[in-house]
Amino acid sequence: MKYSDLDLHTRGQARFVDDLPEPEGLLHAVVLSSPAAHGRIIRLDAGKAVETDGVHAVLTADDIPGANEIGTLVADEPLLAEETVHFIGQPVALILADSERQARAALPRIDLEIDELPALVDPREAKARGELIVPPRTFCLGDVEATWKECDLVVEGTVDSGAQEHLYLETQGSLALPGERGTVRVISSTQRPTGVQRVIARLLGLAMHQVEVEVTRLGGAFGGKEDQATAWAALAALGAVIRKAPVKLVLHRQEDMIFTGKRHPYTSDFRIGLNYGGRILAYEVDFYQNAGAAADLSPAILERTLFHCTGSYFVPNVKATAYCCRTNLLPNTAFRGFGGPQGMFVIEAALFKAAVALGMSPAEIQEKNLLEEGDTFPYGMTARGCSAPVCWQEAKSRYDYKETLKRVEEFNTSHVLEKKGLAFMPVCFGISFTNAVLNQGGALVHVYSDGSVSVSTGAVEMGQGVKYKILEVAARVFSIDRKRVKVESTSTLRVANTSPTAASTGTDLNGKATELACRAILERLKGVAAGELGEEDPAKVEILEERIFYDGEKTKLMWEHLIPRVYSRRVNLSAQAHYATPGIHFDKATEKGEPFSYHAYGTAICEVTLDCLRGTYEVDAVRVVHDLGPSLAPDVDLGQAEGGIVQGIGWLTLEEVLYSDQGRLLTGTLSTYKVPDIYHTPRELEVHFLERGENPFGVFNSKAIGEPPFMYGIGVFFALLGAIKAFRPGIDVPITAPLTPERVLMTLYGNRLAELKGLGVENPTGV
Amino acid sequence: MSQMIRFILNDDYIESSLHPGTVVLDFLRQDQRLTGTKEGCREGDCGACTVLLGEPGAAGGQVVEYRAVNSCLLPLGDVEGKHLVSIEGVNPSTQVDDTVDALPLTPVQQQLVDHGAIQCGFCTPGFVVSLTGYLLSARRWDNEAAVDAVAGNICRCTGYASIKRAIAELLAQLSGSQDSDESTDNPSSGHLERLVALKVVPEYFLTIPRRLQALTAPGLGDPRSRSRTVVAGGTDLFVQKPEELVESSLSFVSKTAELRQIRVDKKRLILGAGICMEEVKDIPALKDRIPQLVAALPLIASVPIRNRATLGGNIVNASPIGDFTIMLLALGAVLGLKNGKGTREVPLDRFFKGYKKLNKKPGELLAWIALPLEEGFFSFEKVSRRRHLDIASVNSAAWISVRDGRIEKARLSAGGVAPIPLFLARSSDCLTGRPFSEELLEQALTLIHEEISPISDVRGSEQYKRLLLRQLVLAHFFKLFPEKLHPEVWI
Repeated sequence: MKYSDLDLHTRGQARFVDDLPEPEGLLHAVVLSSPAAHGRIIRLDAGKAVETDGVHAVLTADDIPGANEIGTLVADEPLLAEETVHFIGQPVALILADSERQARAALPRIDLEIDELPALVDPREAKARGELIVPPRTFCLGDVEATWKECDLVVEGTVDSGAQEHLYLETQGSLALPGERGTVRVISSTQRPTGVQRVIARLLGLAMHQVEVEVTRLGGAFGGKEDQATAWAALAALGAVIRKAPVKLVLHRQEDMIFTGKRHPYTSDFRIGLNYGGRILAYEVDFYQNAGAAADLSPAILERTLFHCTGSYFVPNVKATAYCCRTNLLPNTAFRGFGGPQGMFVIEAALFKAAVALGMSPAEIQEKNLLEEGDTFPYGMTARGCSAPVCWQEAKSRYDYKETLKRVEEFNTSHVLEKKGLAFMPVCFGISFTNAVLNQGGALVHVYSDGSVSVSTGAVEMGQGVKYKILEVAARVFSIDRKRVKVESTSTLRVANTSPTAASTGTDLNGKATELACRAILERLKGVAAGELGEEDPAKVEILEERIFYDGEKTKLMWEHLIPRVYSRRVNLSAQAHYATPGIHFDKATEKGEPFSYHAYGTAICEVTLDCLRGTYEVDAVRVVHDLGPSLAPDVDLGQAEGGIVQGIGWLTLEEVLYSDQGRLLTGTLSTYKVPDIYHTPRELEVHFLERGENPFGVFNSKAIGEPPFMYGIGVFFALLGAIKAFRPGIDVPITAPLTPERVLMTLYGNRLAELKGLGVENPTGV
Repeated sequence: MSQMIRFILNDDYIESSLHPGTVVLDFLRQDQRLTGTKEGCREGDCGACTVLLGEPGAAGGQVVEYRAVNSCLLPLGDVEGKHLVSIEGVNPSTQVDDTVDALPLTPVQQQLVDHGAIQCGFCTPGFVVSLTGYLLSARRWDNEAAVDAVAGNICRCTGYASIKRAIAELLAQLSGSQDSDESTDNPSSGHLERLVALKVVPEYFLTIPRRLQALTAPGLGDPRSRSRTVVAGGTDLFVQKPEELVESSLSFVSKTAELRQIRVDKKRLILGAGICMEEVKDIPALKDRIPQLVAALPLIASVPIRNRATLGGNIVNASPIGDFTIMLLALGAVLGLKNGKGTREVPLDRFFKGYKKLNKKPGELLAWIALPLEEGFFSFEKVSRRRHLDIASVNSAAWISVRDGRIEKARLSAGGVAPIPLFLARSSDCLTGRPFSEELLEQALTLIHEEISPISDVRGSEQYKRLLLRQLVLAHFFKLFPEKLHPEVWI
């Protein structure tokens, strides 16, 4: 990790958008947003606000020279509200002032009157009213209808999973700098520089080449800056171009929480059929995705829910339908897993309920139905390089499952007020953008005449270590000291038409492109080296740890001597390369194809202890075997796994986004919305990587790691349900996440309040 | 209002004419353009803005005591005469930007780097400062306390596993420079010298005690004068109304030594209202007499908040769920309210008249809190969504003395179930003077439900809060009478 920016971070020297030196004449922007979840704007008068001390301008939709539209998949989201508002937090106006304080002081002086309309917050109600953002999608395999009667057992149920706030530590922010002839340069905290560039160009009526978007690093993103960084960059750019002054817009935490979308809450209905042996025969599921007020990335997220609706299992007959429901909540957006976790959660719930009904352990059913090589997914793809069984078996033996189970059972026998729970969580996650177009990456590599190397790619560094991995790729291809390589910021000027850094593909796509660019230069270097050595065959030239070898023989020529010679011979020391993942296709008409280049596999065993008196719990252990392939950077990958697991645990246990019936966010501060702290983590967190196999789609056979581990957290939820069942064997447990201490305690005691001694209630419902 | 605020920032003497209510985070980032201190939440809940505050302490100011605090809630006026350390001051080589690779990291920084305990890096300066603060302030280093020192720092990327590994290794490395267990006791004198030798902090720290003594604090007004807003720790005040405070006339409790005194008087322990929560753990009388209270401290806020939040502030703030107030209610605390003429004593259970309404007259200042030093059993229970640094859904405390199986005296309290921090008078009475039995407990529990009036909010539904309080009161008694209670009866 020596050549990444970690040391800069420890010194507080790594700069984020808000840390950049402020240019002269900088204007600070703050956003006035809608206080109503739904309504018509009757009056918007900024007269008094403009007269406030230090205020330069208040911009509204009328000031936008081009298209007032920021939607990526569907053109349904204005940057600034025009006649109507559709969610609380929707931007309505932008105040520009000399200081942030002055801008904030002007906020209440804007006269905004809204005629409120009824707000819709429930996705099932939205569906019933036909409020769908895109038509429903259905994935089918086999024949579900014909199979139900063959099943020995059919179980139905409803499953709810909650929203999740990204809580990237760095809030959304942008700095826009006006250039000559109305051009603009924007430093944005975005995962998607090209998307920001496109929207700004459209908004301002500019060509894309008149807009540069640059990103140095993000202070966390997790999907929250894929689509939702755009508005703030666009607003800053709008202000900069109109006022011809630099504009900075950085959201306060509470604004960020109120203004930006979160992981989609889902409510789902399932029906699962099995035989007495525990084999799944049929699975039917309806997903109601609460998309919020605008499409954002919801249709793509919905699609990934369908792709992952059968989790790590082979199910011969599947019918999965998904509805993208429009409500008056914030437009929900990408978040690590991108709809996959919501899909997997439902099948795990179905298996849990089925296990209870069959009197088997969930683990037994899970294991019986695990995907195997050659199995077909509901979307028609075949499982290749399937390591689901090997990860499961390795986890079972490495972590001595038998012994653990025995220990847990003994504990439960000897304890009345404390119970332990144990659950497996196998993960199978498809790698690639499911929107095939996005599966391309670019790189621009310069070797300078002193032998130093500069690499630019489309990948954005957000803590996932992609810069370090790109550096590793360049250093390995050239076989030079890592000190010689510098990975640059991400700029639309250097690498154009980039895909977002998302879907765990940042390293695969951009690393491959880097590899191709470096190899192109390497070939030229070999030609010159052969000449310098007075040899004939460039193919026999090799560079190993900075030294040039010919035909396996060490020569005296070193990298630092070779490069100036290449320059003197007027040979090109730069290369641009492009990589497109081969073989990916998907036909939405048939809902079949090969949407993924490969799948990531692994298994977690989760153990928890429940305090059945207080309803609180500890995660004792999460122990994982994950098929990673040969790692480019083991420390980085371990960090991704551990961080993803804890974030997943957060989603399912602690992190609760609450809205009022009128669509007002009730958990818009860090004192009301809690994410895991250092104590809310597994006491034991063990991740073992399998380094087996080849992966032609990954750089040097490596595999993507960003998202898959997130879903191991699901195991903690079911371990907790197991502990609840150990305390109250007979009860029917609702499957509602997050499983907060409140939900736990109400599940443990809620149906027997009247019988509890000393609760002081005869009729608990009347309390 | 144009009085200058004088202090030392890192290695530099500062005279600032900014308003005393300006929070240090803004002073650092906007005024000084020191951007290593990050803004994460402005409510003390993330730790990204952590700084160190050094105050002349023991040995007549020869030793400067350092504490980690949240700069987003720290008013500049309270930095007067103190040493403020931002991440840039922890390792001053940071000022030599160009040759950064060549300059050594401190052991704290190095361990975080070596263990990959950094991903996006936004929270990292806060972790470095918190850990450095721990090494400076702790007299004995141990892993558990070091972890607690960063429990107020949120990291959204790493899942903390690598951070825990880095901490373990850091302590092993630093303690490794000593031979025996005993020498991990860090006496006040020589402690700083040792940290300088270990390169945990730079050499200029050694000059700070002398330089601070040269700064004579003029004092920003008497807290009792009426026109001013009194700021104690400010940890709630600066969350609630920061804009207002930048324009108000402020006076600071920390300037009044009297408010930070501890003394024992007529079998009472008298604690100055200005004592901060983190100091409580070092008060010998409390450690010996009510160890359960000291043990419960990590459940309250976080180290940087406890380093600022005061006992008096917790009471006067009158939050219906204030953890410390709930403990003090069960402990039978009596308040000393002072004005120009004298001191009035008010039992804490008669101090709260309604939601945020106090039995406190204009001009009166809460000066001290007296605790009876009685032999008894104390228990504190709290359930919040997250166990640490979270506001409780319900909390409860119990103080009970038992003789020959009979409850001599009982005091129960509960938070989050009424508009005020609630002393459970009727149920406490019901228990007092009677032999303990499960039937008696049931009677008391039933009474509790007549005493409380919880409402549904983001911290839980009314029904949940009722149930939870029953469970927490049961928990007190499971601890006190493990043999006399049968779990099966209560589930």
